Amino acid sequence: MRARIVQPGWSFEYVMWIFTRISGLALILLAVFGVTGALIMGARTQMDLPTLMRWSFFPYPNHVVSSNIPDVAVGWATAYWQIMQMLIIFFAVSHAYNGLRVVLEDFIGQSFSKPMLRGLILLLWMFSLIVAVYVILAS
Amino acid sequence: MALNRKVGFFQGLKYQGGGPMLSWMLHRITGLGILAFVGLHVISSFFMQQTGSNLAAFINTIYEHWAFQIFVAFFVLFHALNGLRIAILDIWPKFLTYQREALWLQFSIFVPVYGLTVFFLIQHSLAGG
Repeated sequence: MRARIVQPGWSFEYVMWIFTRISGLALILLAVFGVTGALIMGARTQMDLPTLMRWSFFPYPNHVVSSNIPDVAVGWATAYWQIMQMLIIFFAVSHAYNGLRVVLEDFIGQSFSKPMLRGLILLLWMFSLIVAVYVILAS
Repeated sequence: MALNRKVGFFQGLKYQGGGPMLSWMLHRITGLGILAFVGLHVISSFFMQQTGSNLAAFINTIYEHWAFQIFVAFFVLFHALNGLRIAILDIWPKFLTYQREALWLQFSIFVPVYGLTVFFLIQHSLAGG
């Protein structure tokens, strides 16, 4: 059976559908960047799994400081890695809250609680992003 | 737009969706799981740093324990690989003909990588690291 070809309009759901794919791929790419940076900066022998996760998903000096790498803050506290952290946080937080919205809306359906839920998730999303940018810049 | 389902959870499990259905379910479960424990980790780290809370430090100790890391590794790795498969199939819909093979490919990557991770986690913990 051949699928019917439908030209989708740029609805909210369609944009978020595309965004989920792009942000997912971007997160995998950024995780690879983080691990590569860690390996270049001397993590070859001291890496355990929690450390690997920290470097993959939030390469931030105060976050990786409990690992055994000496002078970890020197290599990571640069504008390059701060931009990387902000990209990771933006993609991860948006991907996560959108996923939560999709799953919850599958269960609640069309009712009064739907706009309430969207508003709540929008507030949580903005709050998380602001806190994350503050944490990254204040380090 | 939600459908009005009158099907229970265990009744739904009997639906013969096979691998794609199960990976769809696992994708949702692992996604919500990652959101839950990363959110909890962020909140507990905040309180550990700002107020020196013992409860928050305890939560973070559990979070970094090797036994918990086995679950975290499963959730993150499965969600990443399954999401990669979904994204690739959505970008090139021609490959949807081979979606069962794609699922096999995904698991043939997932099983050795996750197996090695679990092996090293347990070996590390037995060695007293």
